[in-house]
Amino acid sequence: MSEIVFSETAKREIEKILSRYPTKGAALLPVLHLAQEEFGVLTEGVRAQVARVLDLPPAHVEGVVSFYTLFKTKPTGRHVIWLCQTLSCDLAGTRSLLGHLERRYSLKPGGTTADGRFTLTMAECLGGCGTGPAMMVNWDYHDRLTPERVDEVLKKYD
Amino acid sequence: MEPVLLKRIDIPGMAEIETAVANGAYANLGKGLGMKPADLLEMVKASGLRGRGGAGFPTGAKWGFAAADPKTPRYLVCNADESEPGTFKDRPILERDPHLLLEAMILSGHAIGAEYGFIYIRGEYADAYRILARAVDQAYAKGFLGKDIQGSGTRFECVVHRGAGAYICGEETALLESIEGRRGQPRNKPPFPASVGLFGKPTVINNVETLANVPFIVEKGAAWFKSIGTEKSAGPKLFCVSGRVNRPGVYELPMGTPLRALIKDVCGGVPGAKRIKAVVPGGVSAAFLGPEDLDVTLDFESVAAAGSMFGSGGVIVLDEDDCIVSATLNIMRFFKHESCGKCTPCREGTYWLYNVLHRIEEGGGRAEDLALLLDIADNISGKSCCPLADGAISCVVSSVKKFRTEYERHISEGGCPFAAREAGAAKA
Repeated sequence: MSEIVFSETAKREIEKILSRYPTKGAALLPVLHLAQEEFGVLTEGVRAQVARVLDLPPAHVEGVVSFYTLFKTKPTGRHVIWLCQTLSCDLAGTRSLLGHLERRYSLKPGGTTADGRFTLTMAECLGGCGTGPAMMVNWDYHDRLTPERVDEVLKKYD
Repeated sequence: MEPVLLKRIDIPGMAEIETAVANGAYANLGKGLGMKPADLLEMVKASGLRGRGGAGFPTGAKWGFAAADPKTPRYLVCNADESEPGTFKDRPILERDPHLLLEAMILSGHAIGAEYGFIYIRGEYADAYRILARAVDQAYAKGFLGKDIQGSGTRFECVVHRGAGAYICGEETALLESIEGRRGQPRNKPPFPASVGLFGKPTVINNVETLANVPFIVEKGAAWFKSIGTEKSAGPKLFCVSGRVNRPGVYELPMGTPLRALIKDVCGGVPGAKRIKAVVPGGVSAAFLGPEDLDVTLDFESVAAAGSMFGSGGVIVLDEDDCIVSATLNIMRFFKHESCGKCTPCREGTYWLYNVLHRIEEGGGRAEDLALLLDIADNISGKSCCPLADGAISCVVSSVKKFRTEYERHISEGGCPFAAREAGAAKA
């Protein structure tokens, strides 16, 4: 396994993050976000590197990464769809979108399209309840979804 | 009521500091920072402001505990982890008037003697995070944040801390754990954060909307604030309405607005003029209200008297064709997923409640299941270290009580009587 090294830009950003907190440990969430942006996936090697940079026990980093749903430890498709399934969105039609995603894209919750373009993850309340059903693609919010609108939105993600 | 919190929300470009200042942002800093901290704290106490995150704790009293603690530094933390299903009221402020929140934090920090503030924002609000982080940078550049704010001698530093997907981090001590770089699991209390909070120091944690009231209280006074709403629940309130209404959205109305008026007049009623079956009045931790409860007024006391909880202002409306078992199952899946796992009754209890609800909805319900649901709920109630568990059982206890026959029909008919609508929805 080749060594995982943060870029110079990322290293400077880590210094900036550390200056905002009275303890090194408090920088863990922001540094994990940064690492995920930098490396795409928080692999075992990335997690170990984060632990080294912040002088934290690797087991502590493992525990934190596994606790939060937005930290990725496994490869996904190029774009991740987070489809909200909580009550308001469900009332507004999440299930019809699920049916559509399966028929049109052969995409089931937890699955990835054969071409590696999309991974579908079911999300709990995204705070888009008034304009549901809502989904996030990567970090972009899309709402008032219908099957047609889902097609339109997904076209933008190659 | 003239809008207060949302009065600038439709002005384009409010996230930019020049536009914000031109439209009145930071205008109350001079007055507020010119006041003695104790006087400012007294003003907020006198206003009757109560926490808008769900618990309704008197804000001035909370501030008083931390301000009286001699340990330093003190911290002010803004809870922007808006994650209670049905709640989307803080998002407009965060995205479209972020400088209001920063002004509010500077003033609140002054009142409690906190020179350091953290805004904890849920990880999914990536846009709001970027907007807020930029607003903080701009506020530093213009001297609204930093060691000597506008020559007032007051210091306030502010950091935006982004969560990473965990409902429980809206619980204040879990939130503190998460800022400190740990799993977001609630702490045992006491000690309370007011004395042992962030990094072991006295800490005040307030919701976005709670804080956003502060600049207006400074501007217009405690008596003005108290003149809005009811005697015990003062001030304006953001209500976010979703589900079966014609005009869902975020509305700013006085505390004490009748639920029926909110649904019918403000939100245009239920599509197809269907009857209302149930309403979640304040996020899914609040018990269901039934059609017989629609005359309740929306304030802390009245919703509690009706057997539910005012909560976050997240109102979800179900109509006569919605299945109460399906809705309860949906809510329980949420809590099963979001239970942090620390306390056994919550971790195991939400799992079993979900399983039993699931088999009822899917047609495998047994005659003894209703008693079983209530028994599991009873074994969760009051037996964990944070309010998540008690919030999780509200939907079960209230729906079994108010809609027992609907559960019984699921069991006797071997399936969901509303399946046709749901199948239609899945095919559409």
